[in-house]
Amino acid sequence: MKSIFDEGDPIELWVRVNGVARTISVPPLRRLLDVLRDDLGLCGSKEGCGEGECGACTVLVDGEAVLACLAPACQVDGTDVVTVEGAGFERVQAAFLDHGGAQCGICTPGMIVMTRAWIDACRRDGTEPTEDGARIALAGNLCRCTGYGAIVAAALAAAREDAR
Amino acid sequence: MKVVSARTIDQALAALAGATSASRILAGGTDLVVEMESGRTRPDFVLDVGRVRELRWIRETEAGVEIGAGTTCTDIVGSSELARHADLVVESAREVGAVQIQNRATIGGNLGTASPAADLVPVLFVLGARVRLCSHAGSRELAIEDFVTGYRTTARRHDELIESIALPRRPVGERRAFRKVGTRRAQSISKVVVALALGPRGSGARIAAGSVAECTVRLRALEAAVAAGIEPGTIASAVRLALQHDVRPRDDVRSTALYRRAVLERLLTRLITDLLSD
Repeated sequence: MKSIFDEGDPIELWVRVNGVARTISVPPLRRLLDVLRDDLGLCGSKEGCGEGECGACTVLVDGEAVLACLAPACQVDGTDVVTVEGAGFERVQAAFLDHGGAQCGICTPGMIVMTRAWIDACRRDGTEPTEDGARIALAGNLCRCTGYGAIVAAALAAAREDAR
Repeated sequence: MKVVSARTIDQALAALAGATSASRILAGGTDLVVEMESGRTRPDFVLDVGRVRELRWIRETEAGVEIGAGTTCTDIVGSSELARHADLVVESAREVGAVQIQNRATIGGNLGTASPAADLVPVLFVLGARVRLCSHAGSRELAIEDFVTGYRTTARRHDELIESIALPRRPVGERRAFRKVGTRRAQSISKVVVALALGPRGSGARIAAGSVAECTVRLRALEAAVAAGIEPGTIASAVRLALQHDVRPRDDVRSTALYRRAVLERLLTRLITDLLSD
């Protein structure tokens, strides 16, 4: 079924995804999530709820954590998009493995991208990474399996390792 | 459906000239995209102003502080100007969704959508905000209470764009509070949201609440009671009595009328008690 987001005259979207410049013709309101998954074959970003509640589709747009299910293509034209497939997540991914911060895996890409956004923000603002800070930063990422304990521990471990 | 992405205010106003009730303005997308996804909104024209730099600024003025409509909640949270003049706006912006939402959601969008559950709007009510609207035909300014007209409706004409919000300088001795109650600490839509601004001993009290009526409302009977002076021991009963006049909360998907009234009473009793004591 044709989605309402596929209406409108297509635009020439220029976007750098994980360091690679891409130009594609897309409907202006096509969701960034669909551009990534369907047009570019990057299926790391997940669609949990599709309405901005769960955070599974979190990606970085010009360094800022954004929900790809709410970002229309026309608003990311000319931006730098980083998904969980991109570089720079290795330490966070290792921490999630070490702490068992993943079960079914649907929320994991969003958790990992958001954790990195939080670590970047701590470094930029010179704030000490704390458990409270991690919980606030990850509040928009829902997990229905883990109960969050292992995820928060992983995020905190990655942040502390980064700060060392 | 036609979509126009504006990069300047002039481009936006030109595109809005022929707008109708089926037109929508897209800023951060945190409301409109959800409404479109669910099918609740099917616009025939969408004007994207999400990348109009001219709408994204905060500046101090002679009279107080002004905020461009495209300013995001993250911009607000990080603003030293707002921390100085309008700390309550900062506090409420911090409660809008989670970080990902705050990075996109704008003050103009929160106001333009005029959801009864809007987090920033009760604060703008008690701070006496004025809303600047512009169109190809000129611009005008409205008091916020004249701007919000009902359930998701405003005084904005279809051809108008919200340009900025002006807040007056903080009156000497004014004490303020904001509180939001949702299902969880972050990323929730409010069940009850309140904002208060009280002068010395409650004088000139301004109190507003969200999620308890069709739209954000001032609690006039309670304001009058507080301004007239309440004895510390009688605050709870004065609040209960005044709220009988001021609100008729309803049951909806997020909460019940009974819960909302109980929480509203307790929140206001506690906050008024705190603000009146030293």
